[in-house]
Amino acid sequence: MNRTYYGKLIFELSKPGRVGYSLPKCEFEGYSLNDDKAFAKRESNTLLPECDELTVVRHYTNMSNNNFGVDTGFYPLGSCTMKYNPKLNEELCQLPGFNIHPMTPAKYAQGSLKLYDEVQKTLAEIAGLSRFTLNPYAGAHGELTGLMVIRSYHISRGDTARTKIIVPDSAHGTNPASAAVCGLQIVEVKSLADGTVDVEALKPLLGPDIAGMMMTNPNTLGLFETKIPEIARLVHECGGLMYYDGANLNPMLGVCRPGDMGFDVMHINLHKTFSTPHGGGGPGSGPVGVRKGLEQFLPNPMVRQIDNYKLACEDSSLGYISYFLGNFGIIIRAYAYLLSLGKENIPMAGKLSVLNANYIKESLRSHYKLPIDTVCKHEFVFDGLREEYGGDHHDAEHVTTLDVAKRLLDYGFHAPTIYFPLLFHEALMIEPTETESKETLDDFIAVMKKIAEEAKADPQMVKSAPHSTPVRRMDDVKAVKEPKFTFKAL
Amino acid sequence: MYKYFPHTADDVQQMLDVIGVRSLDDLYAEIPEEIKLHRELDLPSAKSEEEVRDIIQGLAAQNKPLVCFAGAGSYDHYTPSVVPFIASRSEFSTSYTPYQAEISQGTLQYIFEYQTLMADLTGMDISNASMYDGTTATAEAMMMCVAAAKKRNCVLVSATIQPAVLAVCKTYAKFHGIDLVEVPEKDGLTDKDAARQLIEADDVAGLIVGQPNRYGLIEDFTGLADLCHEHKALLAINTMASALAVLKTPGEWGADIACGDAQSLGIPMGFGGPYIGYLCTKEALVRKMPGRLVGATTDADGRRTFVLTMQAREQHIRREKATSNICTAQGFMCLYVACYLSLMGPKGVREVNEQSYASAHYLHDELLKTGKFEKVFDAPFLNEFTLRVNGDSRKLREALAEEGYLLGVPTLFKENCLTIASTERRTKQEIDNMIERIKTIVL
Amino acid sequence: MAKVIEGLYYAESHEYVRVEGEFGYIGITDYAQDQLGNVVYVDMPEVDDEITAGEEFGAVESVKAASDLFSPVSGTVVEVNEALEDEPELINKDAFANWIIKVELSDKSELDNLMDAKAYEAICK
Repeated sequence: MNRTYYGKLIFELSKPGRVGYSLPKCEFEGYSLNDDKAFAKRESNTLLPECDELTVVRHYTNMSNNNFGVDTGFYPLGSCTMKYNPKLNEELCQLPGFNIHPMTPAKYAQGSLKLYDEVQKTLAEIAGLSRFTLNPYAGAHGELTGLMVIRSYHISRGDTARTKIIVPDSAHGTNPASAAVCGLQIVEVKSLADGTVDVEALKPLLGPDIAGMMMTNPNTLGLFETKIPEIARLVHECGGLMYYDGANLNPMLGVCRPGDMGFDVMHINLHKTFSTPHGGGGPGSGPVGVRKGLEQFLPNPMVRQIDNYKLACEDSSLGYISYFLGNFGIIIRAYAYLLSLGKENIPMAGKLSVLNANYIKESLRSHYKLPIDTVCKHEFVFDGLREEYGGDHHDAEHVTTLDVAKRLLDYGFHAPTIYFPLLFHEALMIEPTETESKETLDDFIAVMKKIAEEAKADPQMVKSAPHSTPVRRMDDVKAVKEPKFTFKAL
Repeated sequence: MYKYFPHTADDVQQMLDVIGVRSLDDLYAEIPEEIKLHRELDLPSAKSEEEVRDIIQGLAAQNKPLVCFAGAGSYDHYTPSVVPFIASRSEFSTSYTPYQAEISQGTLQYIFEYQTLMADLTGMDISNASMYDGTTATAEAMMMCVAAAKKRNCVLVSATIQPAVLAVCKTYAKFHGIDLVEVPEKDGLTDKDAARQLIEADDVAGLIVGQPNRYGLIEDFTGLADLCHEHKALLAINTMASALAVLKTPGEWGADIACGDAQSLGIPMGFGGPYIGYLCTKEALVRKMPGRLVGATTDADGRRTFVLTMQAREQHIRREKATSNICTAQGFMCLYVACYLSLMGPKGVREVNEQSYASAHYLHDELLKTGKFEKVFDAPFLNEFTLRVNGDSRKLREALAEEGYLLGVPTLFKENCLTIASTERRTKQEIDNMIERIKTIVL
Repeated sequence: MAKVIEGLYYAESHEYVRVEGEFGYIGITDYAQDQLGNVVYVDMPEVDDEITAGEEFGAVESVKAASDLFSPVSGTVVEVNEALEDEPELINKDAFANWIIKVELSDKSELDNLMDAKAYEAICK
């Protein structure tokens, strides 16, 4: 990463008269859009920039140098599984044969349809479920689709009273937001002090109005919910279905499958567990899997194999949730990853991610407050610095989790997820993933300890971090109070 | 060991010692045995790089790319080579949502550029940082209408909007509890009289129309915005993004929301994705807007910088009261769009439309000249149109596919009709060759 | 320590009502503004909107949080504090002076369900 700020916008490089494209001469004489007076035209000029090719290339190259990605350095962003994105996957998703129109008749798209089916079958085996749709575009979209499956199932049985969904109070905000979009009311179930679901608090919530329950397992603290068989039994007994938010699937690969835990419906984030790039926030992919007996509710279109691969649309389906078969380019990448790892390495990915997380946790507990002292899965949460390093003082002079996060940037690391989950005031959520070496983790541990020492010796320096990034801390209040969302507004 | 896992046996042992457990399996000791998988996954063994490449190349080879005269939401436009080149920079692709703005100015800047470009093309005040695709962007616009209206629950959608958009809106409406009512079509266009009657009931939160519509026809929205606003409803216009450069814009029509798919701005057809949905609106509606937003601000040294802002609307803060459940959308595709528009500039986007217009109109006339097609509608079109085949359209489409041509998509609810598109990528030679084939096909 | 003023009625959701004749001025307490941090936006109802005790009538937003406003009483909105549209930070400066809405009370007996300063002070500890 270049520590000098670039900061220009393409509009500032524009000079009238320049072009950055070349099109062939129009071959069709006698047809002029300009002369066609049958419809209303755009009247206003566009602000589009006028740039030559090299100006555009340099602009975006310089901009990229102010960006930090997994390829730049360690990215322990909790709950996001920022593992290495293999380059073979990038090569293969761009094969020209895959660049076909979505309405290409199935006969001429057999390769893509087969790939879709192979990925869905592979995910079904990994999840312990019956079938997957790959149509949802992202994790949140998968959640919404999965909840639509659950509602469709109840409605198909004429059970229209099930309008509520149970969500743990520790859940990520997306869970209740997806439920609300799906028209479900949210019932929160309390967590115990260790962040796991309080089974006794759950029992009185169950009844004939419960459509189901959403959970992540391991939960947002990286802890496995050991009572899951009992929770699933209770929810099933009351007639509800169990939804598994696959955000934290990585550590469970090949060890314990959501289907075997008792879940009926789930989504997987291909951009987390199966190594597709996060792209600065999308495109991701959120395939949804279901237990046997729920397949008919999955969204249209569906891919079916009857001799050849075909597209099918079922009346029983919940309907369409996407333009076509989802982010197909992402699905190709995930397939390359699944083929590469195979049955031997898929479980190793999970186990090594757990090894890495526990190693950091045990190495840093001397300096950071560990609220829950147990073996974690792929991630864990510190509650800020230990008291001797200035933690536990909620005043303006002492170093907070935000300050630690910002100081990490100076040392060339991305920050962990901060202030989530909400169970702790100074949450610092660390997920190293399996693709990081012991050397990288040791460097990170040394830096985290150094920051703790700095917090004690020179808190003001940490509080004003970062000092060596391309830009420094931003005025968030100004961004909201004097909103400027376009170049025109500047 | 394995190429994506850096751990040596020694590393693993040292780390286990620090943790104080004996084996990797001991890290899973708390999980009840009865739910563990006590077998190997039933999947193939690990494959080498060459083997993986062979398998996936083999699948790509099983597809047969056809010369594309289909649209219906996905258009075969030219992508300048710079666009995928820039997009291959992993500083962009391997980053995530720019929470740490100090080391994410690259992502934040291109999203800010994207927002500027889309707001400009649509003629609206602001754009969000993208939606998944044009169908879900329109469904979000529908939910936004209801949220803005507070106490109204009915949204109107024109029956002429792209079929995929209508289908997705219907799904979202069904589960979200929105009363989605179709405005019927008349001669292939939105029946504005019917729309008027429905809106005058004064219980409508919004009206959604499409441009060009599902038949490729360019609609005239004169009077719709005033009608909606008189009755406190919002007007949302779904437009194929490339066409925004030449058609009267949603902003010029007086729309409150502009939405649609921006695949037509340099993104490959890619069997339907990834694409990018856009959603633009008026400044006054910013707090009802779904999705992420990037704004300009200053850093501690007073420099102009960019951050994620207005986050109090979003799911991670507002939970079930958020404007949408969307988290990240298609961030990376904003880079595609920004890079494409930077290269094409105002002249390029016009030229793409002029050439697409010319080739589509030439194709339209040549098809009619074969005597095997007839006109269905009289309204003007841009780069996509609908014709009726004098005979079995399915048979014709299949016969042409055998010859390497994808002639349109079957038009829903119109027997033997095809909706056909062309772009600047189609040459006269391709069209003439196809016309020759069509002449020989017996229907 | 957050400020609490005598003579106002307080709700558990941290709104207050200052009663003047048939009217009530509703705002958020000093404790609530302190918890929220820099207020950047106040979402207010419109004049003539009916509000119901215990139901939402708007929201207060800071940079990284948002809090719904629940009405302590029922009535009709007769005025909204327009100064907050441009300067929402007034709430941080003095939450009790900068009320959010003025309501014509429809049922004064609802005030009996609210807390006095002393009781409210106790729940803020």
